[in-house]
Amino acid sequence: MEPVLELRNVTKSFGGLRVTADVSFSVAPGSISAIIGPNGAGKTTLFNQITGYLKPDGGKILFQGKDITNLSTREIVTLGMARAFQVTSFFPEETVLDNVRVACLSQMNKTRNLLKSVSVFNEATDQAFKILESIGLQNVADRAGFELAHGDQKLLDIGIALALQPKALLLDEPTSGMSPEERLLTRNLIKRLWKEFSLTLIFIEHDMDTVFGIAQTVRVLQMGRLLAEGSPEEIRRNPEVITAYLGEEVL
Amino acid sequence: MNQSSGAREIILLGLFLLVFGSVPFIKQSDYHLMLANHVLIWGMFAVAFNMLFGVTGMLSFGQALYYGLGAYSVGLVVKNYGSAMFLPALGLGLVLTIVISILVGLLVIRLSGVYFTVLTLAFGQLAWQITFRWYRFTGGDDGIQGIMPSGLLENHTVYYYFTLALVVVSIWFLWRVANSPMGLVLRCIRQNPERVRFLGRRVRRNQLRIYVISSFFAALAGGLMAGVTNSIHPDMFYWTSSGEVILMAVLGGIGQFFGPFIGATVIIVIQDVVGARTEYWSLIIGIIMMIMVLGMPKGLVGEIRGLMARYAAGKVNRG
Repeated sequence: MEPVLELRNVTKSFGGLRVTADVSFSVAPGSISAIIGPNGAGKTTLFNQITGYLKPDGGKILFQGKDITNLSTREIVTLGMARAFQVTSFFPEETVLDNVRVACLSQMNKTRNLLKSVSVFNEATDQAFKILESIGLQNVADRAGFELAHGDQKLLDIGIALALQPKALLLDEPTSGMSPEERLLTRNLIKRLWKEFSLTLIFIEHDMDTVFGIAQTVRVLQMGRLLAEGSPEEIRRNPEVITAYLGEEVL
Repeated sequence: MNQSSGAREIILLGLFLLVFGSVPFIKQSDYHLMLANHVLIWGMFAVAFNMLFGVTGMLSFGQALYYGLGAYSVGLVVKNYGSAMFLPALGLGLVLTIVISILVGLLVIRLSGVYFTVLTLAFGQLAWQITFRWYRFTGGDDGIQGIMPSGLLENHTVYYYFTLALVVVSIWFLWRVANSPMGLVLRCIRQNPERVRFLGRRVRRNQLRIYVISSFFAALAGGLMAGVTNSIHPDMFYWTSSGEVILMAVLGGIGQFFGPFIGATVIIVIQDVVGARTEYWSLIIGIIMMIMVLGMPKGLVGEIRGLMARYAAGKVNRG
């Protein structure tokens, strides 16, 4: 099967610092995979390049067989890639409903309309409520985004990305800053969303229970380099990964 | 739009028409009519300006460029071709504004924050300098006097209703924009432009759209004002005109659609009432602005709505 996402020798430097060093991998359609690695390994920088926010210095990125290396973020999103952020990103003064609804309207290409009220776009509103139910925020639909607890804001961020009906969804540390209970809920939620929306899902994560609990494939980045790639079992037993990142206790 | 908000809109519109429509019947002199005209025109200008500032987060300090352009289009055409050309001249000013605001807009939207503000100020001051210096064409600091609308519009009352109709249609249009999907995207651009790109939307394209729309109504305000005061002067291009519309928006509340209209009303009434007693009226405006910014940062309308919400919540809690 043709990979949904393929990186070929992607390279990026900030000044003299190699933040992405010759990274190549491909992601199978409908898969769920994790990217792990120590702080500063270049995980978020890699997401930034995949989503067109940064341009690689060298190499190629293909999405559904199409070269997206030099496309803008907007174009890449339009092709079906969505992303949630490590530092939670949403529209704080808008209601939870409108946060998701604006993404629905954008996906339906209705945002150029300047004379009809937002509320007459029933299809977008229905879609937004469907998403809110999926992420469990339907009861706070009328609250402003900034009023939510941190964990719910992380979910809202994911909801905005989901509303774009992406084929590939990138989540950057979806459980960061959450309590252990919230993490468990979020882990199950991500797994459920992955199935419900038939996504190809890639997530960056430091919480190893989440990584080994739901990922089919784990990729390890270290100093911009792809150190290892394999099933959770293989990664757990990989001596290089243990030395570089995991340490002994995970065993 | 749900029914209750639709009904509220109609009530608001009815109240607005009742208040401003009755001015010609209750006025004691033509001076009051002129005052009401000023409130309408500056109110519309301030609401349109706030689509740029309060909604999209673009603080333009150069909307006088378009206010002046609208006024000088009317003034110069009427001076050179006669009163009969008043309405075509108003249209010409609007067309020129669309063209110029696209060209200027393409430059200024490349910058954000304070750099955007300073660049818009620079363009405004440039227009002022040209108007001020180009004596043979613009009349320099003498301005142009005796700009009379033609036909029916010569009558002050008719002209007043003409202004009222255009202002109501303009504000209705801007209200629709504010509540539309594009309006939602504009609010999102103010709060988180990066995320808007990750929704697959063009941030600059939307900023340019609202810049042109807002400037269009600034020019309409300038053109209508030329017919009210029957004279124009280069100060209409000066930064103080841009500053005045900012003051009106901030005083009324930039977070509220109608806030800037209320702000315009209050400032014009203060200028009139205080100005009649002392030449230092701008001192009073200054003190009021300081109190507002320090004590009522949400503006008059924002703070009043906040109080009403607290009162309603209190009643629910007690009841």
